[in-house]
Amino acid sequence: MKAQRDVWGDTVAEIGLTDPSIVLVDGDLANSTKADRFAREFPDRFIEVGIAEQNMVGIAFGLSTLGYRPWLSTFAVFLTHRALDPIRMLVSQTGANVRLAGAYSGLLNGSSGKTHQDVEDLAIMRAMPNMTVLAPADEVEAAAVTRWASDHEGPVYVRIARDAVRQVLPHDYTFRLGEAVTLRADGDIVLVSTGVQSSRVVEAADLLAAAGIRARVVHLPTIKPLNEASLLDSLKGASLLITVEEHTVIGGLGGAVCEVLGNYPTSPRVVRLGLDDQWSESGPDDFLLDKYGLSAQRVAEQVRSAVTTHEAAIASSGAATREEGIR
Amino acid sequence: MDIDVSLSDPPSDARASGAAGVDLHRIARHVRWHILNTVAQSKAGHIGGPLSMADLVVALYFRELNIDPHRPDAPGRDRFVLSKGHSAIGLYSVLALRGYFPVAELATFDHGDSRLQGHPDMRLTPGIDVSTGSLGQGLSAAVGIALGARMAGQAFRTWVMLGDGELQEGMVWEAVNSASRFELSSLTAIVDVNGLQQFGWPAVDGRDRFDRSEPWAHVDLAAIFRGYGWNVIEIDGHDFAAIFAAFDEAGENARATTRPTVILAGTIKGQGISFTRGTYTWHNGVASEEQLATARAELMIEGETDESAA
Ligand SMILES: Cc1ncc(C[n+]2csc(CCOP(=O)(O)OP(=O)(O)O)c2C)c(N)n1
Ligand SMILES: [Mg+2]
Repeated sequence: MKAQRDVWGDTVAEIGLTDPSIVLVDGDLANSTKADRFAREFPDRFIEVGIAEQNMVGIAFGLSTLGYRPWLSTFAVFLTHRALDPIRMLVSQTGANVRLAGAYSGLLNGSSGKTHQDVEDLAIMRAMPNMTVLAPADEVEAAAVTRWASDHEGPVYVRIARDAVRQVLPHDYTFRLGEAVTLRADGDIVLVSTGVQSSRVVEAADLLAAAGIRARVVHLPTIKPLNEASLLDSLKGASLLITVEEHTVIGGLGGAVCEVLGNYPTSPRVVRLGLDDQWSESGPDDFLLDKYGLSAQRVAEQVRSAVTTHEAAIASSGAATREEGIR
Repeated sequence: MDIDVSLSDPPSDARASGAAGVDLHRIARHVRWHILNTVAQSKAGHIGGPLSMADLVVALYFRELNIDPHRPDAPGRDRFVLSKGHSAIGLYSVLALRGYFPVAELATFDHGDSRLQGHPDMRLTPGIDVSTGSLGQGLSAAVGIALGARMAGQAFRTWVMLGDGELQEGMVWEAVNSASRFELSSLTAIVDVNGLQQFGWPAVDGRDRFDRSEPWAHVDLAAIFRGYGWNVIEIDGHDFAAIFAAFDEAGENARATTRPTVILAGTIKGQGISFTRGTYTWHNGVASEEQLATARAELMIEGETDESAA
């Protein structure tokens, strides 16, 4: 198991060997984000701006106008919150060739707590035109997405996790923008997830299977632009859809999925799991995942209760049937 | 507007405790031990920044600030903002030894369901005046507090601790400008000038990479603050006599001038423990059992209790 930040750091350093236009702009966190590998290999293409995230974005934008292809490296929260206005005007509105690597995304950041957690990044970044928003599931996809983003023309935000998760994608995996990736094919109860949470959701599906509940797992590495056809295809036959994200339930993956499904009259019921509308806290990974309902165990529990509620609703109304749903 | 001015009278034991023969060196040694040991037990946290500011914060809480640990919300208390919020464990250790909460509670640092969060939370911890953690915001908060105090006719003073790396944030300079423009002489900022931030950078091929290890190696910070209209005091931030003199001068400035004061405190990151001293590699870190034993010996903790420290 390799952490996504390690994969990102290694991959960017590797790409730097063959692509001299890649530059790395850091915000005094290179030894956390693992940008330090690039820094050691290419000191002349490593730009240490210091603790000044808005400034970082402005500088990266300026570099991009001369044909450089900057990656930015800092904690996700300081990009998507502190530097949001420069990202909005200089990067998103201009369509600049700037790649934003949001490290330490989500809840798990080595006990730093709510000041450093970013569980609103997907909602914020996907609201902006021109912005591609990616959230890889594991080490394999983190490498694939880093390569893809390095070649991409236009702004990209990549959600990078600090800590390693169980690998769920094969080594020969190819990333395709917008496409839904089915990780477990069974079942008309469909769990849709993104980022490293997808790995924990696969574990949850295993726990559910052991308890006799077959659940399909669909992973969406692309939060924006979503390929609607691919998403709908992956949801075929779904009677109950449960989105799970290491992110607020407001406006992220669950929001994006609901926006798509709202266009279709026969859509299945959607339950959104993630951070409720509240701030979290410091604590070890296991503690936080458990308390905030994101561990495999807790996801499985919540899915079971959603299934029970769903079945009771069907039984009492008689209106819907399990066969109903996207065809 | 509902402003409680009931604590314009200073709390009883405030200034006396530092003056009444309390051994600040000894307290500072215990604070340093708690910093290293607590982070080691919690397996996550910052070391270098808390250690470099330790003497300054001890001097503030045991000698200077007009505060009462038994009345952490007293409206007339002096305010302290730890703008470099990643150094929370340093402040928690001082607050505990000063009596805001039990020393034993330090063991909950960074744990789930704890009042002692990785970064200071004013809604959870007694004695924390402002929540911080995202660098660069504390001075603005302090400007608002000092401004509000003046508007409300409150006499208390407002103190802020900033990191030298933190000064790279633009918001800091927006606040530096506001503080002198609003003539907030009751505001005193301390900059923990330890010459390092998080990401150190060894010399490459003999070339000077100072921009990557020393936040302000190329800049005259004192001249900049003076240019903005601040009183500037430069001291050795590990010398209690110099710290007291600076605090006295800042107090005099508060009374006699219209300018805010900044104390540029020259410090050493990781000060007080041999293996953490003077290196960016201990910006954060978890000490091994062996390192804890070394630190215990160096800090002369053996045979002393926390209670005897305070
Ligand atoms: C806005 C923001 N950017 C980045 C960080 C991550 N960070 C925490 S401490 C630190 C270095 C701080 O250096 P300095 O201010 O010199 O503090 P000290 O040396 O006293 O630890 C960084 C970059 C942060 N907490 N907030
Ligand atoms: Mg510093």
